[in-house]
Order: sequence, then C-alpha cells, then structure tokens
Amino acid sequence: METSIDPSFSNTSYETSAPVIRFDNVGMRYDQGPEVLRDLSFDLPRGSFQFLTGPSGAGKTSLLRLIYLAARPSSGRISFFGRDTATLSREELPHLRRRIGVVFQEFRLLNHLSVFDNAALPLRVAGKKRSDYAEDVAELLAWVGLGDKMKANPATLSGGEQQRVAIARAVVAQPEILIADEPTGNVDSEMAMRLLRLFVELNKLGTTIIFATHDLQLVRLLDAPVMSLAEGHVHIRAPRSQRQAEYQRAEDEAAAGHREAFEDIGRPPLDSPDGAERDE
Amino acid sequence: MSEFEIPPPPKGGAGALLPPDAGRDRPLFIVAAILVFLACIAALGARGAWQQSQRWTEDLQTSLTVQVRPVEGGSASEDAQRAADIAAAMDGVANATARDRAHAERLIAPWLGTENIPDDLPLPLIVEIRLEPGIEAPLDALREAFDEAGINASVDDHSRWADAVRGAATRSQTLALALLALLAGAAAAVVAFASRASLAARVDVIDALHLCGAEDRYIAILFQRRFFMLGLKSGAVGAIIAVIVSLLVGTGSQAADASFFLPSWENNPFEFLLLAIAPLLAGATAALSARLAVITDLGRRW
Ligand SMILES: Nc1ncnc2c1ncn2[C@@H]1O[C@H](COP(=O)(O)OP(=O)(O)OP(=O)(O)O)[C@@H](O)[C@H]1O
Ligand SMILES: [Mg+2]
Repeated sequence: METSIDPSFSNTSYETSAPVIRFDNVGMRYDQGPEVLRDLSFDLPRGSFQFLTGPSGAGKTSLLRLIYLAARPSSGRISFFGRDTATLSREELPHLRRRIGVVFQEFRLLNHLSVFDNAALPLRVAGKKRSDYAEDVAELLAWVGLGDKMKANPATLSGGEQQRVAIARAVVAQPEILIADEPTGNVDSEMAMRLLRLFVELNKLGTTIIFATHDLQLVRLLDAPVMSLAEGHVHIRAPRSQRQAEYQRAEDEAAAGHREAFEDIGRPPLDSPDGAERDE
Repeated sequence: MSEFEIPPPPKGGAGALLPPDAGRDRPLFIVAAILVFLACIAALGARGAWQQSQRWTEDLQTSLTVQVRPVEGGSASEDAQRAADIAAAMDGVANATARDRAHAERLIAPWLGTENIPDDLPLPLIVEIRLEPGIEAPLDALREAFDEAGINASVDDHSRWADAVRGAATRSQTLALALLALLAGAAAAVVAFASRASLAARVDVIDALHLCGAEDRYIAILFQRRFFMLGLKSGAVGAIIAVIVSLLVGTGSQAADASFFLPSWENNPFEFLLLAIAPLLAGATAALSARLAVITDLGRRW
C-alpha cells in the first residue's frame, strides 16, 4: 500500500551547510510548571526535512512554538541563521518571522476574511500590493484544491479545507523555514499524501521543513530524519537510507574483518540497533 | 493568467483586517457617549457658573452707589442731580444717574409699605455711578467734590460685601472646574477601560497578524484607527445630545440666576469649540488606550 516518494530529496544539502536552527541545551516550562522540554540539543541543517513525532502532550507544539518565536526557552540557547534569539529585539522579530511559515495545529484563520485574504495575509502585512500577489495567491489556492472557494468564509469550510487554507498562508510568502503542526491531522489519507507532496516540493526548492505528526504511516513514506519527543527529551533518528547505509557499511566492515576469522560463518554476528524497524 | 476568479479586494482597505464591530463595541460606544454627554453638560454648566460669577464681581467692581441726604432748606432731588453731574464729569466715570423719590420709595416699600410714607418724609435719594472697567473707584475725589458742593452724600463702593461675593464666585468657579475635571477624567478612564475590554476579545486577530510577520506598529495602527473612529462617533453623539439638552434647558428659564450651573446654549465660540473638541478627545483617548493595550499585549509575546 505504501507509495514511496523520491527517497533522495531530503539529502540534497544535508550535512553540508550551516544549520538554520540550532538548539543548545534548551529547556522550556510554562510559567512555574514542570519542564515540558528538557535539555534539547540539535541542529536543523538548511534545506532539511525533519519529522517531529511523539505522543500527545509530549511537547511537539511547545517545541515548534520555540522555533516560530512565540515562546522563549526557559534555559539554554536557540539560534536562527547563526543568530542567538535571546539577543533579538522586538523590532527585528517581524522580519525574522517573515522567513518562517507556520501551519498552526488549530489553524488560526481569521473568520472575517475570505479564504483568499487569509492566504494572502503574510504578503499583505509585509506591505505588498494586492495586484502584485493576487495571481500567485489564486494559483496557490487552486493548487491546494481551493480554487473555487477563494471567496468563502473559512468558518464555512471543512476542517481539511481550513487546514489547506492554513497551509497556503504558511507557504505563500515562500519562507525559508516551514513549520507544520499536524498539517494533515484533519484530512483523509489521500489528501494527506497530496499535502505531504506539497511539502516535499517546497523542500526541493530549498525550504527547511519541520513537520510534526502523529501519523507514522506518513513518516514512513519519506526517507527523512525523525525527531521524536518523549518525556521532554528528544531522540533524532537518521533517515532510513542513511541508517541502512551505515548498517551496510558496518556490516561490510564487520564482514571484512571477520571474514578471515570466520570464513566458514555465513552471517556476521552483528545485531542492528534498528533491526526492529528494518522490516517495516 | 489564472483560470480562477480572484476575489475583489475587501471594502475598508487595511481596516478590513479587523473584524467588523458586530455589536461587540456597542457597550463602549454607549458608555463613551454617556460620559461625553455628561462632561459636555458639566462644561456648559461650568461655563454658566463662571460667567455668572464673573458678572457679579464685574458689577460690583464697576459700580458705586451714592446716597444723597436732603440738607436743611435744600431739595434732595436737586442735590442728587448735582451729585450725578459732578460724578459724571469725573475721569473714569462712564455715567451717573440720579434716581428720583419714587425710586427711593420703592426701595423702602418692603419695610414701610407704599401707603404709609408721608410726602414730606426726608428720604435719601440714590445716585448710581458706573465706572469704566478696570478703573480704581475715585472714592476720595467724589467725597471731596460732594463736600465742596455742599451735598450731604455718602459713597458706597460695596466693599463690605464685595469680598463675600467674590469668595462665593471663586468657590463656584472652582467647583464647576473640579466637576468638569472629574467628569472628563472619568470619561477618559471608562473609555480606556472599555476599549481594553473590547480589544481583549480580538486577541486572536492580534495573534494571527503578529505571527504572520506584521510589525507592532502596523497592528497598533489598525486598532488605533478603529478605536479613534469609534470614540469620535460616540463622542459626537454625546456632545450633540448635550447641546440639545442645553438648548431645551435654556429656553425654559429666562432669569440668569435660575440657570446658574445649568447648561445653557448661547451660540458663542466656546460651545462650538467644546462640540468639536469633546468627540476628538474621546477619539484620542480610545485610540491611545487601544494603542497601549495592543503594544502591551505584543510586548508580552517576546
Ligand atoms: N499554554 C500552556 N500553558 C501551560 N501548559 C501548557 C501550555 N501549552 C501546553 N502545555 C503543556 O505542555 C505539555 C506539552 O504540550 P504540547 O501542546 O506541546 O504537546 P503536543 O505534543 O503538541 O501534544 P498534541 O499532540 O496533543 O498536540 C502538555 O503537558 C501541556 O499540558
Ligand atoms: Mg500539539
């Protein structure tokens, strides 16, 4: 049943360029509450596609809020494009934010604006002229299957349609980083596939993507690194192809090393730590 | 060329980024209108009280009363007329009028009645002197001149009760201004409070705009403009109602004393200025408090 999407896309600039986002021992708590996130350290390379998974309440949204600058870490350091966010002033914030597109878990559409105007909002607040962006916005909405709903009020749309408006709004300004919090949570698996393909296309164009989802089926479709959150800690699993390559290399090395000593043994005596996931 | 029909731009320009009122702002509108109304009424009343007390003190300062008593073998009315002529010739005197015996009888009528005054009862006659404004009363010169002319006259500059009246006038002016300040302050506070409250209901809009990369200034201006118009409109309604009420009150009472502290409409620049300024102040207060509320809210986010 599983359709595979070009497995090579996410590795184009992996490991070669400087990280767009870097977390150093980041911790986060709400007010005086317990730490929701603890001691997170990771780099997100430019142009990468990163899944973020974890059970409900694991802190996915909280982590994404840190990334889209809606919250400050209570400890540790986050840097964006090499810039420590603690030193960001309020005046700089909007400009940095325009480089980040966000699909919110709860959409946050404005129900007094049409679908078209919702999708065009980031362009509008950036001071762009309507006549300059109208065509692009219309095309984008058509692309997410909302071409005939541009005048509609978002409140009259289905959850999946609202989600697509939210996605259109997040990508319309061609952000360098795209953060999507459960962007396929309200659509059927066919639409989820289509939307995932949209994200993949954007990633191919150079957008760094962080895609939070519960849907492990979707995660398996791509050969992308997976960040999983549990009990405030993060575990990053390399892309499947890389793990397989490493496994293969280890296997080869081990095989080479062991060949002489164990000429007569058919299988190398190595056990993959990811063995369980190889036979998906 | 897109094959889809692009919707026309929404009406209201950038303002359309904010949700339409939909009745949410009606409490603010009504409260602001009522308070602006009260403040205007207070201002018009204060103006009335101010003018009235001004008139009192001016009257006292620019008038002298001379009592001319009859001397043996002389005619009181002739003496009064001479006194008036002498006074009128003096520097700083605008005019001097000798009142006749009938006037004097009227003055004592409350005590003696009109029937009981014998024709030959020697009554002091009154000479009313009006001074030119800003002139120190020439009391000594008047007394000297009357003595020289052999007129038995006493000059009264009302100093005995002028101080009391001045005190009362000052107190009523202060009271009127204090009342106005209180109402204006209350109006500003309530308008500020109400605009914060109706802003709180729009945090989602602030949120969405902010997260889409809108600058603080951009968001603040949207709300500022909206609340300025709201304050302006409700202020205008309050001020117009105040004018109508003061016109009604004004036609009802003729005597100036009766309208003391009541608003009255006198068609003077003060009223038109008030009418113009009150709505502007209401608008500015609403705009300012909306701006502060938005900036504070945004400031909490980073
Ligand atoms: N605004 C908040 N104030 C206080 N606590 C919060 C707030 N938002 C989230 N939390 C807490 O932080 C923890 C992580 O929540 P978060 O929303 O980040 O999880 P999530 O992984 O996104 O969950 P889900 O999959 O259900 O969306 C939860 O325990 C939640 O109760
Ligand atoms: Mg969440």
